[in-house]
Order: sequence, then structure tokens, then C-alpha cells
Amino acid sequence: MTNDVTHTADKTPAETPETTTGRRIYRPLTDIVETTDGVTLMLEMPGVAAEDVDITLEKRVLTIRGKVHATQPEKLQLAYAEYGEGDFERAFTMSDDFDPDKIGAQVSNGVLTLTLPRAAEAQPKKITVTAS
Amino acid sequence: MLYPTYTRRSDPFAVMRSMLRDFERTSPGRATQPVFPAVNVWQGDEAVAITAELPGVDPADIDISVKENVLTLSGERKAPGVPEGARWHRNERGFGKFARSVRLPFVAAEDKVEARMTNGVLRIVIGRPEEDKPRKIEIKAA
Repeated sequence: MTNDVTHTADKTPAETPETTTGRRIYRPLTDIVETTDGVTLMLEMPGVAAEDVDITLEKRVLTIRGKVHATQPEKLQLAYAEYGEGDFERAFTMSDDFDPDKIGAQVSNGVLTLTLPRAAEAQPKKITVTAS
Repeated sequence: MLYPTYTRRSDPFAVMRSMLRDFERTSPGRATQPVFPAVNVWQGDEAVAITAELPGVDPADIDISVKENVLTLSGERKAPGVPEGARWHRNERGFGKFARSVRLPFVAAEDKVEARMTNGVLRIVIGRPEEDKPRKIEIKAA
């Protein structure tokens, strides 16, 4: 039987100042993959619907926020808890060369996938050195 | 290293967790393998509910079975499809097969188990059978 409390969940609260509502804020676990076209981020945000995700890119800082819908079943009391419920928040500092208008975001099964294509003008330009 | 305790006075384990995180940062080869998925158990007079966070798991890949008073939740977290030649910057999420069993306070009837998945959160509600419910005993006058 594996219902012993031997480990805690790997969800860690974000190192941010306290919230006014007393709700907790968690740091979503993230996978980041770089391909030739750009960068893809996959963030685990269980309980967050597509319309409750807020993404901003300002001064190279990409901030992702997700609001969680509480899942308290009707007429039931919490008897045993291994994970906490709270909103998600995480910020990444990006390199300059991303086009904010081309960022694609998609939520499926509680995972937010962000695709950031590299801006066309940011493709590396080779400078030839001529011998004098 | 300094651990500011005053910022999170409400959580006595916060210091311990931040120490553990620092430790993990200094030894990147050591992979932590917490129990997956984390479950919350809810109880009431009429039913018991189990909620689990399963982000990135397709509902079709989850298998829920009930045998007497043990509910087993198993399935697989599939790794995301990454194009050839991609470079990983960060890999914090886990993948692979998982299984968890939860002992219920009563023997569950198969037709009283209901599971629903919304936004990566699975919710299983198990209705309490009639014969398990507390019965009021009347006191007869002597």
C-alpha cells in the first residue's frame, strides 16, 4: 500500500511576498526546450482553465499567472491532504529577440504550452572580416 | 547562508524546505522522486472523494479500479514530443508510469464511483453504500 505519507509533493510555494487574500502562490514546474525556430515552455498548472491564464512580456520579463478554481466537492470535508491549492505564478527573463505578438499559448490537461518564435531580424547575421 | 524565518512565520516547514532546495541545487545529480500523484481525500456523510493533480496526463491514460475497499489509480505520464535536435534548458516535470492506492473507509459499490477530470485535476467521488450508513437506534420505553 502506498498511501503512507513518506514524501511531500514537489509543488513548492513561490518565493514571493504574501498575498492579501492569504491564498498560497505556487511556482509551476516547467520544462523549457529550445528548437531552431524558438523556445517552447511547458508549465504544469493543474486546475487552471485556459481563460484564467495571464501572460505578459514586459522588458524581457515573461510573467505567467494562473488562477485556480478550488475543487471542494459539495458537502465534503478535507480529511487528508498531500497538495495545497493556490494560484500559480512564475517569471522568466528572456533574451531580447522574441516577438511578443507571435507568442502562442495553449492549455491542455492542466499544462500550459508557450511557444516563442524567434524574431526574424534576430537571426544571426554573419559579419565578414576582410583582410586589409 | 541566511534563512529569513520572519517572512513565513505561519509555515514552520518553510525553512526546512528552503534548506532542502539549496541542498538540491548544490547536488544536481540527485533526483528527488516524490510520490505521484499527490492526492487529497475528502470525507462526508454521503460520500468520500479523492482529488489528484495529474497535469499533462490524458484522461484516456488513467486507469481507476476499485477492489473491495482499495481504490487504485494508475497510468502513465507521457514525455512531450520534442523535435529532433532540440536542446533542453530545464526539465523539472516528471514522466513515466505511476500507481497509487488509497484505502477507503468502506467497501465501495462499483456503480457508485464517479470520476471526472477538469484541467488536469482528477476527482473521484465514491458514494457510501446504504448498509454502511449509520442507523439511528430508537430507544423504547420500558
